[in-house]
Amino acid sequence: MKILVCISSVPDTTAKINFTGDGKEFDKNGIQFVINPHDEFSLTRAVQLQETQGAKITVITVGDASVEPVMRKALAIGADDAIRVNADARDGLFVATQIAKVAKDGSYDLILTGRESIDYNGGEVPGLVAGILDYGFVNGCVGLTVNGSSVEAVREIDGGKETISAQFPVVIAGQKGLVEETELRIPNMRGIMAARTKPLNVVEAEQTSSKLKVVGYVKPPSRGNVTLIDKDNVAELVRLLHEEAKVI
Amino acid sequence: MAVLVYAESYDGHYKKAALEAVSYAKSIADKAGDTVTAVAINATESSDSLYKYGANKVLKVSSDVLKNFSPNAYAKVLADLKDGDTIVLPATNDASSFAPLLALKTNATLVTNLMSAPSSVSPFTAERKAFSGKGIETIEVTDGVKVLTVLQNAFGLKENPVAGTEETANVSISDADTKVKVVKVEHASTDKIDLKEAEIVVSAGRGLKGPENWGMIEELAGILGAATACSKPVADIGWRPHSEHVGQTGKAISPKLYIAVGISGAIQHLAGVNSSKTIVVINSDPEAPFFKSADYGIVGDAFEVVPKLNEELRKFKG
Repeated sequence: MKILVCISSVPDTTAKINFTGDGKEFDKNGIQFVINPHDEFSLTRAVQLQETQGAKITVITVGDASVEPVMRKALAIGADDAIRVNADARDGLFVATQIAKVAKDGSYDLILTGRESIDYNGGEVPGLVAGILDYGFVNGCVGLTVNGSSVEAVREIDGGKETISAQFPVVIAGQKGLVEETELRIPNMRGIMAARTKPLNVVEAEQTSSKLKVVGYVKPPSRGNVTLIDKDNVAELVRLLHEEAKVI
Repeated sequence: MAVLVYAESYDGHYKKAALEAVSYAKSIADKAGDTVTAVAINATESSDSLYKYGANKVLKVSSDVLKNFSPNAYAKVLADLKDGDTIVLPATNDASSFAPLLALKTNATLVTNLMSAPSSVSPFTAERKAFSGKGIETIEVTDGVKVLTVLQNAFGLKENPVAGTEETANVSISDADTKVKVVKVEHASTDKIDLKEAEIVVSAGRGLKGPENWGMIEELAGILGAATACSKPVADIGWRPHSEHVGQTGKAISPKLYIAVGISGAIQHLAGVNSSKTIVVINSDPEAPFFKSADYGIVGDAFEVVPKLNEELRKFKG
């Protein structure tokens, strides 16, 4: 089984987000980058499959050389090799085009991604990869088992869960629940040492055209000061919610 | 030419997200001088609610193949019914899953998680959520076909009654179009209010000390007709199901009222809830960072404050 795990390098979840003075782009100054959390759940599931069923894992990231530390971490966690597509990840279709090409050329059976990246929150790439390749697609998975060339995926639906069966090749977008938080791997020294010599191949990007333009960014409006209410006067909170906030 | 909108239904009934998407489509149609055509798949409810929010025409699709959701098949249906250059979808799990496939089939530019009405329809210019709610991105689509997804509880419902008409749409769809097959559906409970659609959400964290203490939170939710949610640590230790986790790696929500009990307000939690209209924080620690991002706060022990709040709300509700 050949698994391609798509990884995005994103600001740490605790990062304060700022934009450049002209509001045109995200200000990367002082930001720590991590594996996108949703991708990490998928990567961890891939490593579990590798351990139990002997899969070969390639990780792929679209980005400039600054994303390599995050890719090395994925290698330290257990991926066998890595492919970096050397280009700015400028929009979902561009990224998906790169991944689809690598997935097809390398005849991967299972393409694992996160549901969305926590930076631009597009949630577009997994579905676009599936669409470009005409593969089956299951989004937002919280469970995945592989049996030969069949997969069984579980996803959340309104008020419940749905189990879906699909055949290789297939695109699975995971989220928390695919593995538990406690199952996530912290790279150990052996893994880190091994990651240094694992192949990280750099390939050039395919060009795409886009009609999408980013005009700029702003931060959401901040709230006013909190109104504190005495714990012995809870009725006042009810009054304020009704009369002032008008939400009940 | 019409703005096409997908009216998502659950168990035959239109979801609130569907009506919000129709409202959004109507705001585009009004600006562009178009009409709104809604597509309903296996809905049994009358089309009146769709007319109420501005759908001029409702195309009813019914098919056993579409009984269970398949991103590929649903994308094919919408692509086949497209007759203008704008397709609006709610940003639900299902519609967000097929939006990319639909965009490819219609050679469209895809824009997800729109928060507000476009400031211009030509070029299409609007704001979308980015950085998990820590930023707002303004995008522009120069021309051509667009597939747009609209964030739930963001643009909201806007009544715009029109005299609409209903038609049966014939689409050719077969099992081969689904690509993946649903083999089992489990419903935990059908009476629970969907977290993403809820107007009011009551949420609790580690401050509650144990899963056995959630009774008063559920009671509070019951009185307010609210959905229940929880913080990440609480889902991770298994006190509550993952489906209730709100925050950066869980669900992002924008209810009218968010009440957080015993949640300190880590930046990751705020990312998932800071677009709520009004935030109430109840925490025994006056230094809890959440108070800085709240509209109303009570410093006090949840085990004293919540029962009192329940009592006062019962009086208020009469």
